[in-house]
Amino acid sequence: MGAHHGPAKGLGRWLFTTNHKDIGTMYLWFSFAMFILGGAFAMIIRAELFQPGMQLVEPGFFNQMTTMHGLVMVFGAIMPAFVGLANWMIPMMIGAPDMALPRMNNWSFWILPPAFLILASTLLMEGGAPGFGWTFYAPLSTTYAPPSVTVFIFSIHVLGLSSIMGSINIIATVMNMRAPGMTYMKMPLFVWTWLITAFLLVAVMPVLAGCVTMMLMDIHFGTSFFSAAGGGDPVLFQHVFWFFGHPEVYIIILPAFGVVSQIIPAFSRKPLFGYDSMVYATASIAFLSFIVWAHHMYTVGMPVAGELYFMYATMLIAVPTGVKVFNWVSTMWRGAMSFETPMLFSLGFLVLFTIGGFTGLMLSIAPSDFQYHDSYFVVAHFHYVMVAGAVFSMTAAVYYWLPKWCGKMYNETMGKTHFWISFIGFNLTFFPQHFVGLAGMPRRIPDYALQFADFNMMSSVGAFIYGSSQILFLYNVIATIVSGKPTSEEKTWDGAEGLEWTVPTPAPYHTFETPPAVR
Amino acid sequence: MCFEAKRLYRLALGPVLMLLAMVSAGAWAADGERSTVNMSPGVTEVGQTIFDLHMIILWICVIIGVLVFGVMFYSIIYHRKSRGVTPATFHESTTVEIAWTVVPFIILIAMAVPATKTLIDIYNFDDAEMDIMVTGYQWKWKYEYLNDAGENVQFFSSLSTPQSEILNAEAKGEHYLLEVDEPVVIPVNTKVRFLMTANDVIHSWWVPELAVKKDAIPGFINETWTLATEEGIYRGQCAELCGKDHGFMPIVVNVVSKEEYAEWLAGKQAEAAKIKELMAQTFSLEELVERGKGVYERSCLACHGANGEGGVGTAIAGSAIANGDMQGHLDVVANGVAGTAMQAFGGQLNDVDLAAVVTYQRNAFGNNMGDMAQPIDVYNFKNGQ
Ligand code: HEC
Ligand SMILES: [Cu+2]
Repeated sequence: MGAHHGPAKGLGRWLFTTNHKDIGTMYLWFSFAMFILGGAFAMIIRAELFQPGMQLVEPGFFNQMTTMHGLVMVFGAIMPAFVGLANWMIPMMIGAPDMALPRMNNWSFWILPPAFLILASTLLMEGGAPGFGWTFYAPLSTTYAPPSVTVFIFSIHVLGLSSIMGSINIIATVMNMRAPGMTYMKMPLFVWTWLITAFLLVAVMPVLAGCVTMMLMDIHFGTSFFSAAGGGDPVLFQHVFWFFGHPEVYIIILPAFGVVSQIIPAFSRKPLFGYDSMVYATASIAFLSFIVWAHHMYTVGMPVAGELYFMYATMLIAVPTGVKVFNWVSTMWRGAMSFETPMLFSLGFLVLFTIGGFTGLMLSIAPSDFQYHDSYFVVAHFHYVMVAGAVFSMTAAVYYWLPKWCGKMYNETMGKTHFWISFIGFNLTFFPQHFVGLAGMPRRIPDYALQFADFNMMSSVGAFIYGSSQILFLYNVIATIVSGKPTSEEKTWDGAEGLEWTVPTPAPYHTFETPPAVR
Repeated sequence: MCFEAKRLYRLALGPVLMLLAMVSAGAWAADGERSTVNMSPGVTEVGQTIFDLHMIILWICVIIGVLVFGVMFYSIIYHRKSRGVTPATFHESTTVEIAWTVVPFIILIAMAVPATKTLIDIYNFDDAEMDIMVTGYQWKWKYEYLNDAGENVQFFSSLSTPQSEILNAEAKGEHYLLEVDEPVVIPVNTKVRFLMTANDVIHSWWVPELAVKKDAIPGFINETWTLATEEGIYRGQCAELCGKDHGFMPIVVNVVSKEEYAEWLAGKQAEAAKIKELMAQTFSLEELVERGKGVYERSCLACHGANGEGGVGTAIAGSAIANGDMQGHLDVVANGVAGTAMQAFGGQLNDVDLAAVVTYQRNAFGNNMGDMAQPIDVYNFKNGQ
């Protein structure tokens, strides 16, 4: 291993890098920046909703905020965060020297910031940014859209491209670059969940691209895919969108499953319970995610047969999801647990994601969904799975692997404080939203009737708490990198398993130039 | 021991807080009429069944949750490294894996049966005694009573909360944002079928206590129904994001006795006849401007601004169209501007109101044309096209 060369110097290192660790780092920082931006939009939303009446923003701008918040969080924060994690960890977990397609890797990252710059620039355009929700239903997003919709479509195309390239890379890496002896059924679960996620992405991103292309045609080239006046159908939009959109939510949550499946065994000091069934459950969730899309559309007026089919199929998802939760709990059972920050976030994930799963099961019941649909109950549900699910597990991942990445230990007290503030802030924000939703408050409204006032105020206070706890997180990470206590232990956590814990700490620029032996 | 108890306390804090929230929520629910924390069973049979389904599935989730979290917290407390335990090494058991696949599956089937039954009930549109066509507009609702005998009764229903309350200049009323200028009226104990469509974008008609939520989709007609068993005023809102004022297009349904309903309907029909009469009359400029101001505030202000300064719509103050040829002005208002938010008001406003609002726009906000449109001009314009 004499021919080592370190990273290049200066800006060029980052612009031209093909190193999976550099690219992973850039993805992670970028996604955190987007998390802060999307979070700022959320703070504006919650500030306006602090009290009944319009105080801070115009209703039109409020809609732009909800739209941009959703788009930035889904496409800018959560997805790139997990891609960054995949870049850093997958080669190290399967004993590969790098990703299979390093130049494409560079591209798939570097087209992302411009895509979001373009998207954010719509805020300054005449007519304002898109205000039709992150689900952009036609014809609100076509005939009735502001001019910036064309720019929005372009940016969706670019970030779709980025996702597809990233996924192809992950598939190629996992299928071809595993160290000898690393059979599929020996792969860490994080690798498994990402492999399946990557297939989902390759399957559905083109559908999203098709969807926005049809919009583009309707807006500029006189077609009528989504306009009844020309023989089209606005509901067609929803079918196409959710054929992408439902798998998308699993794209977001599966890697999160993978992360906690690494962390819970490590801090329980006991192997993951039911590894095989975890793999099969992940695959079944992925399969089911393709055949349930219209459960987002129970109120569009489908025939009763369609409605029943989508209800049954959706209810089925509870089975593999339950299996996962039971497996995690059984992993903890009779372990020897300790509760460092990554474990706390994973347990937070487990409890809150399960609550989100329960409300998901409730939402699957079509007749009840007539009352839940498009209310704050849905907002509460998906923030339980997206924030407490995806974001908590992502945070856990950062604390878990940060010492390996930079060879310094983060401040445990600060980490734990971050967890508790996040946990309390999160629940204060979103738990009351179940109540107002059930009591009849629709989502995406800038102002509300007086009976919803108390819980909305609670929600806003919670949101400010949760939001500001992220500053602590940022501070902790930076402080670790700059002046954390150096550590050179290969295994930061005594219970951790996997190839990434066999390389030196901090992980050198190139790892596994000769493949490790996997027993 | 003390240390242990402190840890325990800290770990239990989260769930305890949540439980507290739930319990206090339940307490509030007890004294109000319509719960502020839970779904309302409402005043229909379907609503009651939906509510029951909701509570059953909620309790199933709570029980499973208590079991799962119970096991979890048991291990968190007893299976911790600080107690000096040695971890077990087991990591699979086909038996339990099968059990926790099969048991949830059975629970799901048990849930699916009543859900299916309810859904099929909801989809039974037979034997409706009357039909109301509901059309969503940006940002108001139009109701049209379809009856075989004589004129259809139709009217628009839009938010009546004054702008001053929304902008916090005045104290907010009891039904802030949930009040309209003209509620839809239906008789009690009558199966009413609603036919839903929209004029521009997708809206969704939701009245929780009537257990109805259905999307109103432009170019398509959806159906749904309700059968209210108690008289009263029931309030709801548009549930599908439909643009700027999505939060400001409430629904108010007035469920009255059959007699009262018949009386109301007769009154509406007489009113329609009166408008017909008015349409044959000639008005003075002042009369038209005064009537037009009211129409403007109800139908145009949201986009064109309180002082005609514009917003979503272009400015009316100084507008070339409002200060130009009358036919051109009538054309924009009656037929709208295709591909923009400017709708065709020809079908929404009667000839008197349309004449009045056009006259108003030509003689307000600094516009000073001095001319006017009479109802007959509107009539001729519409029929001349
Ligand atoms: C949903 C929003 C909306 C409402 C409500 C609305 N308008 Fe408009 N209006 C517009 C828009 C947008 C335009 C600009 C159309 C274009 O681009 O030419 C417009 C243009 C106009 C114009 C032409 C002004 C000019 O100089 O270009 C007139 C006149 C007008 N509207 C009258 C009315 C009247 C009268 C009403 C109420 C009965 C009304 N509008 C209600 C959105 C609205
Ligand atoms: Cu609407």
